[in-house]
Amino acid sequence: MIEISGVSKAYGAGKARVMALNDVSVSIAQNEFFTLLGPSGCGKTTLLRVIAGFVDPTEGTVTMDDDNLLALPPHRRPVNTVFQNYALFPHLTVRQNIAFGLEMLGKPKAEITETVEEMMVLVQMDGMADRQTSQISGGQQQRVALARALAPKPKVLLLDEPLSALDFKLRKSMQIELKRLQTETGITFIFVTHDQEEALTMSDRIAVMHAGSIRQIGPPREIYDQPAERFVADFIGDTNFLPVKIITAQGSEAQVELGSGKRIAARVNKEHSDGDATTLAVRPEHARVVPEADGLMTGRLCNLVYFGTDTHYHVDLDDGIRFVVRVQNNTDMARSAAQGDRIGVTFPAGIGQVLRD
Amino acid sequence: MAKTTGFDIKRQYGFTTIAMICFVSLYLPVILLVVYSFNAGSSVAIWEGFSLQWYRSAWANDQVQEATIRSLIIAFWAALISTSVAVLAALATTRVRRFRGYSAVFAAINQPLMVPEIVTAVALLIFFAGIKVQTGYTGLGYLVVAHSAFCIPFAYLPIRARLQGMDLTLEQAAADLYASSFQVFRRITLPQLWPGILAGAMLAFVISLDDVVITEFVKSAGQDTLPTYMLGQLRRVVTPEVNAISTVLLALSVTMVIAFFFVTRIRK
Repeated sequence: MIEISGVSKAYGAGKARVMALNDVSVSIAQNEFFTLLGPSGCGKTTLLRVIAGFVDPTEGTVTMDDDNLLALPPHRRPVNTVFQNYALFPHLTVRQNIAFGLEMLGKPKAEITETVEEMMVLVQMDGMADRQTSQISGGQQQRVALARALAPKPKVLLLDEPLSALDFKLRKSMQIELKRLQTETGITFIFVTHDQEEALTMSDRIAVMHAGSIRQIGPPREIYDQPAERFVADFIGDTNFLPVKIITAQGSEAQVELGSGKRIAARVNKEHSDGDATTLAVRPEHARVVPEADGLMTGRLCNLVYFGTDTHYHVDLDDGIRFVVRVQNNTDMARSAAQGDRIGVTFPAGIGQVLRD
Repeated sequence: MAKTTGFDIKRQYGFTTIAMICFVSLYLPVILLVVYSFNAGSSVAIWEGFSLQWYRSAWANDQVQEATIRSLIIAFWAALISTSVAVLAALATTRVRRFRGYSAVFAAINQPLMVPEIVTAVALLIFFAGIKVQTGYTGLGYLVVAHSAFCIPFAYLPIRARLQGMDLTLEQAAADLYASSFQVFRRITLPQLWPGILAGAMLAFVISLDDVVITEFVKSAGQDTLPTYMLGQLRRVVTPEVNAISTVLLALSVTMVIAFFFVTRIRK
């Protein structure tokens, strides 16, 4: 539906030239919840603003249903934005804010009234239509901003970190709410966030961005379980990085040799040659703590950190690497080891991911 | 926030004395002016009891009436014209990408603040004299044009400050919601700009009302404004009538300045 191809945006010139976006290509499907995830300054907001029309790319094309979006000024693009600070019009009431886009489109009065009511119900703000925007809470402002952007029924809704100003509980409930809205309205959502959990909860697909380019695109599970490179593995969730040597690699399967000398099967995305030294990523919750004799690797338990639902075992492996194991607090293991004990660490074959160099 | 360490000017030796001298020299003459406007006698230096007679005589004075009406007409048009120009100038210097010569334009707009007023006055006198000879027109138009010109920076500064303080994402949000540039201005920018426009207009009005130098040079015979009329009176005999007129002008300015202060503090 939206095709972004070869989009670059440079600021400044000469030595001061900074690439905010560097050759970004992605295609986003109809009715998809698509998330741009990355740390601040990675270019995710710039990409959103390119789609909205507030930033002109230096190179590349953006099309929607085969129409060239870049040729249209912001007010002609069939996309609406939910701004990070909501950008509600302070001199208008809640109702007038929501009606604004419809009025600008020249819709008949009766239709505007009806749609505004419909939107107020959709975002659960009915009964607040005549409030001033300064008289409602942050969470309610958020809902009004959503309703305002959804009212003109855009083909695509752009959301620029809309939940970042809300407190934790409200953010959680809004995450579920947003997903519901997207499913109910059938509108394509392009969502920008730096919060990996938010991205994993809501998205159909995630694009992880770093330094102006997209590093990996895929469904949340794939991004989490099969990170393509160190940045992605590190940015999303916690990860143990182990130096390994490829023994044999075939298709998506590889035999790798760990620092301890033991061998195990792992997943691989890219062709690696036999004998390559590379890095294996293992999620802390995929690993287990076992008696020293049963360990794939062995070491000394140097720290136990209690997190309520689970406990983190910090193990100093014999080859000097710090390895973290996350254990749910419903097994006996949670109490059987003490700080300073020698223990073993293991993880199932095929669960580790060989990273791109 | 209370600062416990560091430099605090209030603790410096002599601070209070200097502050008092400043306040006294600023306000004592004004207070005396106001007090003697209520003098029963005809002196501006010897107190002879309370009376409102100088207010009555000023009110009944045809020349004062005429000058007052003339002043108000000029100030009204000058405020209207200079504020309209100032709005356009403020938009052109805040809602565009920074361009070459931006500083020059900014300096040009604020030129009346920097050029000595007497120079502008002489220049206008010569310029308008030429036009008078060519056209034969001798009406209030010259004063209105002259006042409008030097009022522009006073109207411009509060409007520009308001525009700069505005959240630009509001205008983007409106554009995102299908508003054309003109609709963005009319529906979003202008409603929020009103306090700035009002403040600018009030400031321009007061500045115009108060002007002596340029008016004195530009006015034709029989076109005295209140300030130039008062100046003319002082050359002959000083009576508390001048004090009374000044007090009324003072009250008007103070009211306007207070209103200006509140208007510029309106958030929405």
